[in-house]
Amino acid sequence: MISGGLLRWAPRLTLALLAGPVAAGLLGTLIPAFSNDAKGFRALLDWPGLWPALRLSLTTGLAATALSLGITLLLVASLWGTRVFALIQHLLAPLLSVPHAAAALGLAFLIAPSGWIARLLSPWATGWAHPPDLLILNDPYGLSLTLGLVAKEVPFLFLMALAALPQTDVARRLNVAQSLGAGRIAAFLVSVLPSLYSQLRLPVYAVLAYSMTAVEMAMILGPTRPATLSAQVVIWMADPMLQGQSTAAAGAMLQLAAVLAALLLWVGAERIARHALIRLAEAGLRAHLVDPALRGLAILTGSLTAGALILGLASLAVWSVAGLWQFPDALPESLTMRTWMRAAPDLIRTGALTLGIAATATGLSLALVLACLEAEHRHGLSPRAGALWVLYLPLLVPQVAFLPGLQAAALRSGAEGHWLAVAAAHLVFVLPYVFLSLAPAYRAWDNRISVAGLSLGASPARVFWRLRLPMLLRPVLTAAAVGLAVSVGQYLPTLLIGGGRVETLTTEAVALSSGGNRRLIGAYALLQMLLPALGFALALLLPALVFRHRRGMAVTS
Amino acid sequence: MTGTLTLQDLRIDQGTTPVVALDLSVAPGEVLTIMGPSGSGKSTALSAIMGTLAPAFRQQGRIILQGRDITTLPPHQRRVGLLFQDDVLFPHLSVGANLAFALPPAIKGRATRRARVEAALAQAELAGFADRDPATLSGGQRARVALMRTLLAQPCALLLDEPFSRLDAGLRAQIRGFVLSRIRDTGLAAILVTHDAEDAHAAGGRVITPLGAPVVL
Repeated sequence: MISGGLLRWAPRLTLALLAGPVAAGLLGTLIPAFSNDAKGFRALLDWPGLWPALRLSLTTGLAATALSLGITLLLVASLWGTRVFALIQHLLAPLLSVPHAAAALGLAFLIAPSGWIARLLSPWATGWAHPPDLLILNDPYGLSLTLGLVAKEVPFLFLMALAALPQTDVARRLNVAQSLGAGRIAAFLVSVLPSLYSQLRLPVYAVLAYSMTAVEMAMILGPTRPATLSAQVVIWMADPMLQGQSTAAAGAMLQLAAVLAALLLWVGAERIARHALIRLAEAGLRAHLVDPALRGLAILTGSLTAGALILGLASLAVWSVAGLWQFPDALPESLTMRTWMRAAPDLIRTGALTLGIAATATGLSLALVLACLEAEHRHGLSPRAGALWVLYLPLLVPQVAFLPGLQAAALRSGAEGHWLAVAAAHLVFVLPYVFLSLAPAYRAWDNRISVAGLSLGASPARVFWRLRLPMLLRPVLTAAAVGLAVSVGQYLPTLLIGGGRVETLTTEAVALSSGGNRRLIGAYALLQMLLPALGFALALLLPALVFRHRRGMAVTS
Repeated sequence: MTGTLTLQDLRIDQGTTPVVALDLSVAPGEVLTIMGPSGSGKSTALSAIMGTLAPAFRQQGRIILQGRDITTLPPHQRRVGLLFQDDVLFPHLSVGANLAFALPPAIKGRATRRARVEAALAQAELAGFADRDPATLSGGQRARVALMRTLLAQPCALLLDEPFSRLDAGLRAQIRGFVLSRIRDTGLAAILVTHDAEDAHAAGGRVITPLGAPVVL
């Protein structure tokens, strides 16, 4: 199946599959933005909501990124090596697998004026007998949007930090710095943070780009008058008049420029932080006093983030089986499966399509990633620094900036609206995550196993299929589960490349979110969350089952 | 299946420093010992013969096994067996499957292959261990399975990379005796790499440094 000559080309093919669509899509968005005497830009500048929308994109994006990074670093700095830290590690995969839309809907159900928190506090604490007329959701400052972004991005950055930590020699560095008299936080800042952050940089940039341009979260939690710039671009794109298309393209280009500007700003802040850190180190930072307070803050913010996600998901579940549920009641009067029964045919059809798209995109991604890693191993290739940037390209370039161009291409080629085209678009976003998830385990595999196999006369292909792949079953399945979760959660590629005709759980959940049927929203969002969770459960259980009689294959951590 | 292993002016340089310089033949049944402190190029010589030398090294000369020039062959076509410092049993396969993995594909039929595996286990005094998890075996048992696995692949020569250094003192002499007697029985040309004089002495053959100088024990 994989021959030596072809295998050598796998990395280049993979990078082309990532860079190609992004470049072509950008070009395809650029042209309508400037065509017709830049009519799109003039319409954009005439839109009164432009500056507020742009400002919202910047403030929510920068705030969400800074908060997510801050909470992640605080957790690592004050809790690394403790039992709480181990607990967080276990919570991570399930939290990470929650799609953005489900997380946003859960949060909305939690914090809305008629949401769970208000219900739990009413009427005894608030005196409310009816939902108050407060603009908590869709608040004009984008606070609930920021909160939602933070709840989703902390698990991601935390996972990235976990992957980077083993290469930073944390235990010894903390020990040395603390034995020299520094407090725990000071020791972390001075001795671990610099090398940890250098590996977190790309993920942080991806978080910044995503937070500034998230569409489905902005539609569910974000302000509406005006919406964030990216959400507005999508609204323009749905405009049946052609004028909307060029305005959308111009808006997309402005959004891209805003992301680039924010990234530059962030890089500048990195510089300042680095100088400050050197100053602090030279000044002999000790700061013992802040340790207990920051430890408390770490636990508080960590629990708030995880709690918001978990309670939000729980409220989705409760709503999906709720009978009559009047306002100040904390729980429904009765439970019923009616919502599920009535929606079952639609849920099954949509769920099956979602799964089919996800399985296709993930299967292809996994094959490509394995081919890349195996080529790297067999031909002794060492990836250039640029390759990592290309890998991150689809995560750094805002989706609204290149998907419209890609949609136009899909429309011309007649692929638009086919589920396979949607799966191909998902591949661009799934592949980087599958690679990032699998590569560390693949590269860390004991190479002596391979030499032993070869010395027994087994061909490199046999070593791959019989030794390496089975031994890496656990990380391979985990990477597949990550890919599945990423694909299931995709909103914009599904909407645009599917031309609105490919309905997945995610597009349906987001479409329902503007209506008021909380029971149905609950059912869709819950199923949207359950598919990835099921994937992670299988990735955990299957290897344990297959290798139940192999002590040498037990998890060691 | 046995034959002479000839290293014809085999020279390996790391940068401008020579780390290996060998020009010799190992006869069937002979165990040549390469001795030297760690980092002296012993394992580099083995990697070159295996065909797994890192690209950072420069290699000259030829390696001839049983009249066949294997210098540029990929590792799996060289028919050179290898025993590591650790047993390197495949942890996801049973003891029997570890051994069966090594059987050449030319040996066909489930029953025949199974019989070969059983016979090998019996020779290692491990009859009935085929279905066991390798992780449940003792160190000595694992070392014996590793050797039998290497021999089942029917190599033309055998390389031993400090295979006894991780074993504790009592086990060490026993496993060493087992390995060396199996080599003599099969008449394989073997190269032992070690930093232990006792190993070199027990091997009973010539003892040299990676640069070809004789070592006086």
